Amino acid sequence: MIAEAGHYALVLALGLALIQSTVPILGARLHDAALMNVARSTALAQLLFVGASFAALVTLHVISDFSVVNVFENSHSLKPMIYKITGVWGNHEGSMLLWVTILALFGGLVAAFGNNLPLSLRAHVLAVQAWIATAFYLFILLTSNPFLRIANPPIEGRDLNPVLQDIGLAVHPPMLYLGYVGFSISFSFAVAALLEGRIDAAWARWVRPWTLVAWIFLTLGIAMGSYWAYYELGWGGWWFWDPVENASLMPWLAGTALLHSAVVMEKRNALKVWTILLAILTFSLSLLGTFLVRSGVLTSVHAFATDPTRGVFILLILCIFIGGSLTLYIWRASALKQGGLFAPISREGALVLNNLFLTTACATVFVGTLYPLALEVLTGEKISVGAPFFNLTFAPLFVPLMIAVPFGPMLAWKRGDLLGASQRLVAAGIGALIAVAVLWAWTWGGSAFAPLAIGLAVFVILGALCDLAERISLFRAPLPVSFRRARGLPRASWGTVFAHAGIGVALIGIVCETTWNSEHIASMKPGDVAQVGGYSLTFDGTAQRQRSNFREQIARFTVRKDGQSIAVMTPSKRNFTTRGSSTTEAALLRRGVSQLYISLGDAKPDGTIAVRMYYKPMVLLIWFGPVLMAFGGMLSLSDRRLRVGAPKPAKAGRALQPAE
Amino acid sequence: MKRLSACLVLALLAFTAPVAHAVQPDEVMANPAQEARARSLSRELRCMVCQNQSIDDSEAPLARDIRLLVRERIAAGDTDQQVLDFLVARYGEFVLLKPRFEPSTLPLWLLTPLLLIGGGIALWGYNRRRAKVVPADESRLSADEEARLAKLTGVEPASGERL
Repeated sequence: MIAEAGHYALVLALGLALIQSTVPILGARLHDAALMNVARSTALAQLLFVGASFAALVTLHVISDFSVVNVFENSHSLKPMIYKITGVWGNHEGSMLLWVTILALFGGLVAAFGNNLPLSLRAHVLAVQAWIATAFYLFILLTSNPFLRIANPPIEGRDLNPVLQDIGLAVHPPMLYLGYVGFSISFSFAVAALLEGRIDAAWARWVRPWTLVAWIFLTLGIAMGSYWAYYELGWGGWWFWDPVENASLMPWLAGTALLHSAVVMEKRNALKVWTILLAILTFSLSLLGTFLVRSGVLTSVHAFATDPTRGVFILLILCIFIGGSLTLYIWRASALKQGGLFAPISREGALVLNNLFLTTACATVFVGTLYPLALEVLTGEKISVGAPFFNLTFAPLFVPLMIAVPFGPMLAWKRGDLLGASQRLVAAGIGALIAVAVLWAWTWGGSAFAPLAIGLAVFVILGALCDLAERISLFRAPLPVSFRRARGLPRASWGTVFAHAGIGVALIGIVCETTWNSEHIASMKPGDVAQVGGYSLTFDGTAQRQRSNFREQIARFTVRKDGQSIAVMTPSKRNFTTRGSSTTEAALLRRGVSQLYISLGDAKPDGTIAVRMYYKPMVLLIWFGPVLMAFGGMLSLSDRRLRVGAPKPAKAGRALQPAE
Repeated sequence: MKRLSACLVLALLAFTAPVAHAVQPDEVMANPAQEARARSLSRELRCMVCQNQSIDDSEAPLARDIRLLVRERIAAGDTDQQVLDFLVARYGEFVLLKPRFEPSTLPLWLLTPLLLIGGGIALWGYNRRRAKVVPADESRLSADEEARLAKLTGVEPASGERL
């Protein structure tokens, strides 16, 4: 009953989406406000019905109704409650349902909080949203129905893939989807602008918060996924240039570029045509990511779907939306008026440079991910493109970009003064040089590259702080004045400082982890002692433990520093009986922002066990950086809450622009 | 993420072999310099039965075989390049995670620099075109405006300032 209700709710949502894709456009053509307003009601109703459908699937998983194929294949009655819920999107059908639920959520948010949008723009935006929704409802209903029943229900399920039974699954996919799907709003706005043939600075002001929301979630989602891989996989890697990771990195790079070009458009009414293109490309890359992951083209477990009908269907969606929007772009973009002029050395110029590097980086990831597939399809030749390729091509792009980052906010709009900006960055430059010199002396004879890279990171961080100091006249005005100015500074400026500093922080983590990571691999007997990164680890022995749906072998290590016992670490191996597979659970010990990392290998009958131990200096900074970036994004978003949030009357919402 | 591809391997191996780790203690070479070379070579070699994993990361038996082979070649006195050539001859280009610079991989390698340079040139050209269309210097006052300003303020502009 619940399954059928969920299925039916999804069909109704499709019906609503069909109405929403046509009627509002018709209304806009006929200038009929009532028809245009249909979009608002249908978007909210869609959210209601898709939400109900999603809730139905969650309920089925929670009550372990094994008469439903999806529940049977991915759940187990003994599974802990949290994994019963998160298991809903730990499979193809469920994750597609989550995808459309989030799409409906964003559509509903635009409908609910878009009161200050011009009526016809809102009608167009919601109609385009409905086109996307229609395509994906059809995809789910025709190829990936999560509500299918089994004729003879089994009494027990097959359990969820053990690697997915982790808190990471509760956070990572929803975050990532909020990012991916969030960019659909920028896309819809772009297509709506092309359909209307009209675009102005106000358009950018509406698009920016939505882009920012999507970007924040995508940033956190990627960082979360990286940390999950780091602690779960057991060899301490945190980024693998896996096609699935690249699929999320591409929209992030394009989205970051979009965020910056939208600033130019909002403040200076320039770069309109480019911003529209970026908005289209960003969501196209999200769709591409969905295709790569969902179609099975990568044949990894991430691509759960192996049925080619699904792949072809998504490819069709991909072609229609990307091809259609780009055709529309070519057809209509020339009609958009070019705005604001600027000199090459200016804030706009710096943001254009940022866009050049980010899009090139994005293209590099794109070609690296898809070229092997294309080459194999065209010539049958098989090549691999992996981490060494990306390290060689992608990383160098970030060096000039990061050098440029601190200069950007220092330059004035329209016409900047590079010399002046450099003078204001002298402190940051000196700080960076000191960092390089100190590190060079300290690690004498080691890698020459690492101190330089850290110097660059320090320059970015100090550059962000210089920018802040400049804005609040720190040291030039009395402290109370500076303090007042700091409080009065627009949140968006604070956001820039945090986000830019975040890049530097992440870079420090990346460089330290890759350069000074120490590793020790050994077979250990109880009582053996290993030395890693200045810590001595004593293997005390192992113990067995039975949990609800797995059996666990736990090893105990005592950690000593300078003879003092400081902690006990307990890495383990889990055996999942239902699937007959096992996972390793690494033990992590945080020391400041560094970590000790132990993961277990094979145990021999004589009690020896293979152990990998790492000391990873500054490793946590790799993820603190993105968190800082996302925090900066949130600050900037809160600055614009008047426009995102609805409670204010429309006029006030539009008139109150924080000065910047 | 990668863990999932590892999981595929795990799933495949579940009934045949116990969970193994990448580089095993018994594989490690006695000579630390040679071991370091083996490790860095391992990072450039693909475990061919895995999804985009290097043999350094992979737990598959094949990865272990190639790791041992790499160490064997290094112990036999091969240079890094010779080891790679040997493996390519044996397993094909697919084994290299960083494809060689060849006609078939030209677009792959050249896209990034071409895009950066092309984009730079396009921006430069665009800027020049825009600059021509629009009066060269908007920030200065025109002669007319100078005159009006002079009249309003009653100060003669310095001769150097005049356009």
